[in-house]
Amino acid sequence: MNRLDYRARTGALVLGIIATLALLAPLVTPAAGAHDIVLTRFLSPLTRDGYGTFHLLGTDRLGRDVWARLLYGSRISLSVGVLTMALSLITGTIVGASAAFAPRGMSAVLLGITDFALGVPRVMLLLLLAALWQPSAVQVVIVLGVTGWMPIARLVYAEARAQLGRPYVDSASALGAGPVRILLRHILPHAAPPVLAAVTLGIGNAITLEAGLSFLGLGVQPPAASWGSLIASGRDTVVNAPWVGLAPGVALVCVVVSCTLISDGMQDRRLTR
Amino acid sequence: MPRGVVLGLVRAFAVVFGVVTLTFILVHIAPGDPVQRLLGPAATTEQVTAARHAIGLDRPFSVQYGIWLTHALSGDFGTSIATGRDVRSLLATAWPATALLVILSLGLTYVLGIAIGTYQANTHSRIADGSVTIVTVALNAMPGYWLGLVLIMVFTYRLRMLPAFGASGLDADFLGWPAQTVDRLRHLVLPLMTLTLIGVGGTARFVRAAMREVRDAPFLVVARAKGVGRGRTVVRHQLRNALIPVVTLLGLSLPALFSGTVFVEAIFAWPGVGQLMVQGVQARDYPVVMAAATVTSVLVVLGNILADLLVGIVDPRARRVHEPA
Repeated sequence: MNRLDYRARTGALVLGIIATLALLAPLVTPAAGAHDIVLTRFLSPLTRDGYGTFHLLGTDRLGRDVWARLLYGSRISLSVGVLTMALSLITGTIVGASAAFAPRGMSAVLLGITDFALGVPRVMLLLLLAALWQPSAVQVVIVLGVTGWMPIARLVYAEARAQLGRPYVDSASALGAGPVRILLRHILPHAAPPVLAAVTLGIGNAITLEAGLSFLGLGVQPPAASWGSLIASGRDTVVNAPWVGLAPGVALVCVVVSCTLISDGMQDRRLTR
Repeated sequence: MPRGVVLGLVRAFAVVFGVVTLTFILVHIAPGDPVQRLLGPAATTEQVTAARHAIGLDRPFSVQYGIWLTHALSGDFGTSIATGRDVRSLLATAWPATALLVILSLGLTYVLGIAIGTYQANTHSRIADGSVTIVTVALNAMPGYWLGLVLIMVFTYRLRMLPAFGASGLDADFLGWPAQTVDRLRHLVLPLMTLTLIGVGGTARFVRAAMREVRDAPFLVVARAKGVGRGRTVVRHQLRNALIPVVTLLGLSLPALFSGTVFVEAIFAWPGVGQLMVQGVQARDYPVVMAAATVTSVLVVLGNILADLLVGIVDPRARRVHEPA
């Protein structure tokens, strides 16, 4: 197996660091104590408060450590991104593969549904669903997954059709392999590179969308805070404490850029193979 | 009419119809009642029942849907439950504001994106290409609401140069037309800049890839060999061929652009369709939500059809495919 190129490795490194920090959040952030808000609020980054606690990224208007909020927020944002794409991947693979194997009429129906779902303006639908049901984190994942599986289905379908015409698939079925075995052993491994590239890109996308919903107050609800709600809370203190809103945005951009780099790297590797 | 166009129109109609129906169902089965929100917690059951009856909310679901559909087909979107205003007049004020933003930023995004991508694909400096790539990837990753926030921090609060709220100043009505125009333009700058910057990254990346793909094509070698100038080779031969996928992207980017405006309108309080939609959803204002959903889906679908037609103009080969031989 050839190595991933430098872009993908950089992206994976950054993502790895952020994920590790998210996992280790209680160890690398100052514990929240019962402090007097007046003494700890709106401290700028790299300062020490009256109790001697060091604040890497300063504090917000309730005296909470921004670095800690950022890391705990990343747990929500990252898991929403990963779980959403896992759901999209499963749904998309099932729909795409069924469309490739099913008889003509059934296949046309599945592809029609995919095309229709692609035509629906996603943000409009998200906005409706989120605003109408005030969702929990699990529901946000479901909604994002349900509106995001179509590109995967298309990719799996295209790859499956391309492979089904190949002689080795004929040989496999001549040797008695059933459709499930052909799908799992022959078609999905071929479809994996482009699908994984799309999934990586989709993780970044899902994190951004969830943050957008949270920004409008429609995503994961308080007291849990994703990066979007952190950005929204920074909006009120743009003038006297810009770091509150800047930090989560920078983190989000880093994650999405990493996803893009990994996806690009995977795609190029596929082209040069 | 060629068969492809007819098929495209049929599909477009199906999508709009589906989206509208889906929205209608979603809005009506969602918890929360517009009348309850309008009258407040102090209203008696009789008052709520009477108000619901007056608007027609107590009729069977399918009847309500039928009534809405027939009215909408004749261009009547009803009256807003929350504000009592004619939805058409709400749309008439909101839609030009959104269209202004979308069209201007689409134009700017593509002019800038094509220029940047073309430069990147043809430069010999790897450092220049690499550093521009970092910028475009980062811009592409930025959510609009956050970039808007950063721009507000810089231009409104630090430099005190540009307004960040609404489409015109509070005193706009009392100004003469030259001052009013300046006021409107100043309000337009930040939302437009936000929407354009988040679009430019993706477009430039795409154009760069498309231009690189054709950079070493034989027809370019021929063009250079027969003495066509550098600028003319790039514009007439390289760009023209690279534009085909870019034009397809144009149509596909319309939905993204519309979703971008929802967030950008929210952060800059820009009085457009996105704002109307968000407010309508929050107030469970069924007629407003339905009208906004209809308009948005029609525009998105029209954008896709337009992109198909544009591909036909840019690439004569694509036109041939649709015609039966």
